[in-house]
Amino acid sequence: MSLTEERSTGALDVARIRADFPVLQRTVGDMPLVYLDSAATSQKPRQVIEAESEFYANHNANAHRGLYMLAEEATEMYEGARAKLARFIGAPDPATVVFNRGTTESTNLVAYAWARRELNEGDEILLSDMEHHSNIVPWQLAARDTGAVLRYIPLTDDGLLDLSDLGSLLTGKTKLLAVTGMSNSLGTLPPLKQLIEAAHVMGALVLVDGAQLVPHVPVDVTELDCDFLTISGHKMLGPTASGGLYGKLDLLERMDAFLSGGHMIDEVFHERATWNVVPYKFEAGTMNIAQEIGLGAAIDYLEALGMDKVRAHEEKITAYAIDALLAAGATVYGPHDVALRGGAVSFWYKDVHPHDLATILNEEGVAIRAGHHCNQLVMRRYGVPATARASFYVYNTNEEVDVLVEALAKAEDVFGF
Amino acid sequence: MALDEIYKEVILDHYKNPRNKRELPGAELSCSRNNPLCGDEITVFVHAEGDKVHEVTFVGQGCSISQSSASMMTEAVAGKPVEDVQKLIVDFRGMMAGELDPSEEEFGDLVALKGVVKYPIRIKCAVLAWDVLQEALAGDGAAAGSSPH
Repeated sequence: MSLTEERSTGALDVARIRADFPVLQRTVGDMPLVYLDSAATSQKPRQVIEAESEFYANHNANAHRGLYMLAEEATEMYEGARAKLARFIGAPDPATVVFNRGTTESTNLVAYAWARRELNEGDEILLSDMEHHSNIVPWQLAARDTGAVLRYIPLTDDGLLDLSDLGSLLTGKTKLLAVTGMSNSLGTLPPLKQLIEAAHVMGALVLVDGAQLVPHVPVDVTELDCDFLTISGHKMLGPTASGGLYGKLDLLERMDAFLSGGHMIDEVFHERATWNVVPYKFEAGTMNIAQEIGLGAAIDYLEALGMDKVRAHEEKITAYAIDALLAAGATVYGPHDVALRGGAVSFWYKDVHPHDLATILNEEGVAIRAGHHCNQLVMRRYGVPATARASFYVYNTNEEVDVLVEALAKAEDVFGF
Repeated sequence: MALDEIYKEVILDHYKNPRNKRELPGAELSCSRNNPLCGDEITVFVHAEGDKVHEVTFVGQGCSISQSSASMMTEAVAGKPVEDVQKLIVDFRGMMAGELDPSEEEFGDLVALKGVVKYPIRIKCAVLAWDVLQEALAGDGAAAGSSPH
């Protein structure tokens, strides 16, 4: 793809983007694959697949270990990926980016290395009812160990955070606000800037769950002023087990170690050890070197497209999909205004259970998610056991939305409602 | 794969008109469980005396496969000795694992669920009610719902 050319035009050239994704050329049975599950994991362009493969083929060595050329190359490539990720999210310093398996590990890192050290009985952690289980359960365990209390921002009927009672939820007792940047089931984009400012006024830190946000919306942590941002590489065209944690430097430096072992130490004695500097203090053992290098290639790809254009493309396709689903008689959860949401669209089609719907759509080559999406609090809030979810990314087209909507009629045929 | 292999007439009939879908007051045994993957949930009530299962009912929500399987199960086990019910649970699992190929004579409506074997991810939908029944039968006689959560 000619990247300079891409920048000069107004919108994404989706046909050319699709040609970069080998899996999009395959069929499901006789049908072309219509992949509408990027909120679960994105597909990978050949540039990412080749970057990982090229590392193994030509540069494979352990990073930060050997004193030979291969090891130097591996280290340089791994650290190069860190610098790219830092720049991509507007972080001031690559040292503020810790590599790990992604958002779940990052949240656990903060829950262990910060929360368990800093929280006392009666302190509060404020979450929201639209959090993914990975931004709930680590805090439940931290609360159990420290005596801290969990509180939740409720949701409005149309899938927004209900901030009407924020003053009583966010108080001097609140030590941490952990909130999603974009809901993986409702698509909602919470007003991060407002929440972060309000939390800081109360002296609370803010962790933003960036699993769905970072792949789809331009993010600048310096401007947002969040204290932590968790990042999932595999949802932004990168390999599985890539991604990491952004944290403000002074916080990361004050925090205790998390996983321990090789490389995260400075000196080791019989009874104790001292820690390496940030970010290496949090990178124990041999890391996911090839995967983070692959993530670096994914970032190159997204930056060449331009994140503002990625966002604009998804706003358009999401609006098209919501209109089409509503016209077909589906119930769409979450806000319908695309200015308030991203491209994860949860719906329920007439009386067809989402599992049945997913099986029927698969016959048409359409891959959607069906289930509770690790969002049981959301499902309970809206009184459904599960939803069907279509989610979009840079390679999806309005024509694929048409295939989805036409396939819904097949479900109606089977169930005869 | 053709959709009519999984969504057979008899499955859709049991889904739309589930048999014995109600609570059973006075049931000696009961058990609740959900499928954490999909959010399906089911409670099975068993009226059993001595060595005999008199009546089984269920409540819950879920996809056509889990609901129709539960409905057919309640019909298949009613009035049977506990021992036969236990064997049927094992045989049903065998069918869903593709290890047994029972005839309609042996299995009645339940053979309709054979088509689900070709959809591995849906097999647990079909087996959910049977797991719950087995757990209920293993209870010590107290009608106590239990959830693994």
